[in-house]
Amino acid sequence: MEITININGTDHTADVEPRRLLVDHIRTGAGLTGTHIGCDTTSCGVCTVLVDGTPVKSCTMLAVQADGREVTTVEGLKSADGLHPVQQAFSDEHGLQCGFCTPAMMLVGAALIDENPAPSDDEVRWAISGNLCRCTGYMNIVKAIQAAAAAASSSNGDS
Amino acid sequence: MTDTTTTPPEIGGIGHSVKRVEDARLIEGQGNFLDDISLPGMLHMALVRSPVAHARINGIDTEAATAVDGVLAVVTGELMAAHNLAWMPTLSGDTQAVLATDKVRYQGQEVAAVIATDPYAAADGAELVEVDYEMLDAITTPQQSLAEGAELIRDEKEGQTDNLAYTWETGDEAATEAAFASADRVVSLTTHYPRSHPAPLETCGIVADVNSVTGQATIYMTSQAPHAHRTLFALVAGLPEQNIRIVSPDIGGGFGNKVPIYPGYVVATAASLLIGRPVKWVETRTGNLISTGFGRDYYMTGELALTDEGRIQAMRVDMLSDQGAFYSDAQPTRYRAGLFHVCTGSYDFPHAHIKCRGAFTNKAPGGVAYRCSFRITEASYLIERLMQTAADELGIDPAELRLRNFIQPEQFPYETATGFVYDSGDYPTALRKALDAAGYEELRAEQAAAREEGRLVGIGIAHFTEAVGAGPAHTYDIAGLKMIDSAELRVHPTGKAILKLGVKTQGQGHETTFAQIVAEETGIPSTDIKVVHGDTDDTPYGLGTYASRSTPVGGAATAMVARKIADKARHIAAHLLEAAPEDIERHADKFHVAGSPDQAVSIQDAAFAAYTNLPEGMEYGLEDVTYYNPPNLTFPYGSYVVVVDVDPETGVWKVRRMIALDDCGVRINPMIVEGQIHGGLTEGFAMSSMQWITFDDDGNCIGSNFMDYLVPTAWETPRFELLETVTPSPHHPIGAKGIGESATVGSPAAFVNAVVDALAHLGVRNIDMPVLPDRVWEAIDSASG
Repeated sequence: MEITININGTDHTADVEPRRLLVDHIRTGAGLTGTHIGCDTTSCGVCTVLVDGTPVKSCTMLAVQADGREVTTVEGLKSADGLHPVQQAFSDEHGLQCGFCTPAMMLVGAALIDENPAPSDDEVRWAISGNLCRCTGYMNIVKAIQAAAAAASSSNGDS
Repeated sequence: MTDTTTTPPEIGGIGHSVKRVEDARLIEGQGNFLDDISLPGMLHMALVRSPVAHARINGIDTEAATAVDGVLAVVTGELMAAHNLAWMPTLSGDTQAVLATDKVRYQGQEVAAVIATDPYAAADGAELVEVDYEMLDAITTPQQSLAEGAELIRDEKEGQTDNLAYTWETGDEAATEAAFASADRVVSLTTHYPRSHPAPLETCGIVADVNSVTGQATIYMTSQAPHAHRTLFALVAGLPEQNIRIVSPDIGGGFGNKVPIYPGYVVATAASLLIGRPVKWVETRTGNLISTGFGRDYYMTGELALTDEGRIQAMRVDMLSDQGAFYSDAQPTRYRAGLFHVCTGSYDFPHAHIKCRGAFTNKAPGGVAYRCSFRITEASYLIERLMQTAADELGIDPAELRLRNFIQPEQFPYETATGFVYDSGDYPTALRKALDAAGYEELRAEQAAAREEGRLVGIGIAHFTEAVGAGPAHTYDIAGLKMIDSAELRVHPTGKAILKLGVKTQGQGHETTFAQIVAEETGIPSTDIKVVHGDTDDTPYGLGTYASRSTPVGGAATAMVARKIADKARHIAAHLLEAAPEDIERHADKFHVAGSPDQAVSIQDAAFAAYTNLPEGMEYGLEDVTYYNPPNLTFPYGSYVVVVDVDPETGVWKVRRMIALDDCGVRINPMIVEGQIHGGLTEGFAMSSMQWITFDDDGNCIGSNFMDYLVPTAWETPRFELLETVTPSPHHPIGAKGIGESATVGSPAAFVNAVVDALAHLGVRNIDMPVLPDRVWEAIDSASG
């Protein structure tokens, strides 16, 4: 089946088997390996990408279901202006250790602060509760997303 | 926070919270994890696993699988046996089936492998492999396993007549028995530390690339110990070691799970050798949870002999471990139950006797050091739960009981009843500081008032001592390899450096912290130092990263090699300054004649001179290597206080506060140390509250995926309050101790003690982990009934 998915602003057209998972298409079809695979059961969330701006676990979506839609992966977070605030904040606040859950965590964080410019500790924890981390105990991930929200708000305020 | 810095921030030596250099690639999705590796012509492998726990194999039909479009080969145990690879040695001197030939002995055991051009085709083929199983009764507990008449699980093992995997004991039995005979009071606790799984978010995997012409085997592998794995591959597969290159790329968490060699690695390598193309195998999550290295599964009875005043006289322990079908603990050869004999904890008493047995069962093998130093988690849990029991039984406050029994600061170095020599500590100060932060007296008053109102508030204390940094060569080896480690430092003419390590990071931040050690010792800014690790062709030999040994052993090697470099640089500086080397002092990055700080050359000047302008007779270059054999383990410790509210109607408990004071000696990077503690506390909370692997009576694994095996999300995880004291290790070159695992070791007892403390007035003395709400409710119900 031929599909076209806009990934990080670029159209990718490919002929895929109907059963092919979106995550496999992103990783091996588009060659973007920043999106990871961790559990096969929609539980761990390391495969999370944004589909039309909404966090989706790409191990539980078929590539054909994404036909005609816009997908953002970690490789699409950075812009011409530099790192996305959430990327900078994860580094500044030590929000990552092994880095395996990090791309997904940052995308969920980015989607959250798009909707909620000043999320509380509980709001961040609820937003990322579909994403597991085994290294950090979440303390610094929460801090990083809140710091990113503050940074994004202040830069929006400046412009 | 204790300031231990001696260098300015731009040098970034010890004590600075330098931002991690690893982050740049990881936050942009440019990490290089195992599954990201793709080689030309690469094939994909899927494993066929046993759906049953115990059965004889009467035949394997591979015809339908072989017919699948894209499938190139189906590998069975018969083929592996033809190459003498159907069995492999474990890290505990047992043997383990690579692909089953006679019987399957646990659910999830590897039976066949399908090699195909695409992972989907490999999975399709694996579905179609037909195995004829003749069912046998499954043995699912070590108690059943050791009972009279139990079926022999290891019938293939020469000389094995029962299901006993090992016995081991230590301590002075006669003196211990005498102390118990004359004790005022004896308290005991029987508990099970349940089977748990490290479950790193990245599963295990390999890309094996064996060149059939040259014999070169390049093996990309999720390995916490690449050098040890190279040697074991050479010994098991008979490949010449110089032709084996293990590359451990970015690792998505290890926690002990990536220490053993698993059957999938061996089969993929053999397949690559036989087919002549690279073969990739990436484990499924279920494969990871049901077949690879678990942790814990210790049934323990501990007893303390005490005086009426609560002074401990002796400890005795009877422990039975569930080993699964193969004895494959990753642990030092000498100690059959790891470092479990550190179970005397932080207390000063003369006698202990510890008796351990392990049994084979129809469960997955493993017994890895899951975020701990070889069974210390079980040991620490037992003594700290026993202290709570003793406090409740004797009617002494649990904090006071600990203070009465602590090893005192002036007693260090202190030899325990089981022969560990603790290096340094100030336990009373640590506990008092944690109690003060908690507002302990007020909490006890609140607890008493709450009980009057029918509310349940618990205050749990744990004071643990860990033993990490294996280890001294006279005592510690794994599979005969001494547990030393190494560092090689090369300083280039422009003063920039490369540091090559025998240890291997899995998220601990070695690329940042080990550069800080070099910065401290040489004055080269940490940002000018590239840290290389994980590639055996490019790094000196070492035993790898687990059991909190990287900083105690690899970190010490790094400090020592940096000192060699700094000393040579000092001699070069003396030559440049036309002074005697003994008159030269170093301050951060500058060398100068003592008393004349204005006349100075930099470490960068000395580096350039090392290749351009040397004193007579000195060898060119500025590089060196150190192999470090630690004189002792290091003994980090901590005092944890947990406050919980328990709902008497439902048994649900919530952590109100979690205060964690850790003393890991000198902190190289405080930010990273705190991150390690956060992670460790979360795993301790996980094991105490929800995370366990269970089996039904037929040996089916309950917990084979993340819907059944619960690991905490951000929503359940408590907020942590961290404190510190700094008591340097006297024998470590920079005074550091390990920290990666302390919090996992120390915190489970604190959480459980808190819940038990909430119910202590009802007579409740124990609830086994995980402390699920129904268990709490039952404890309340039966105590009240």
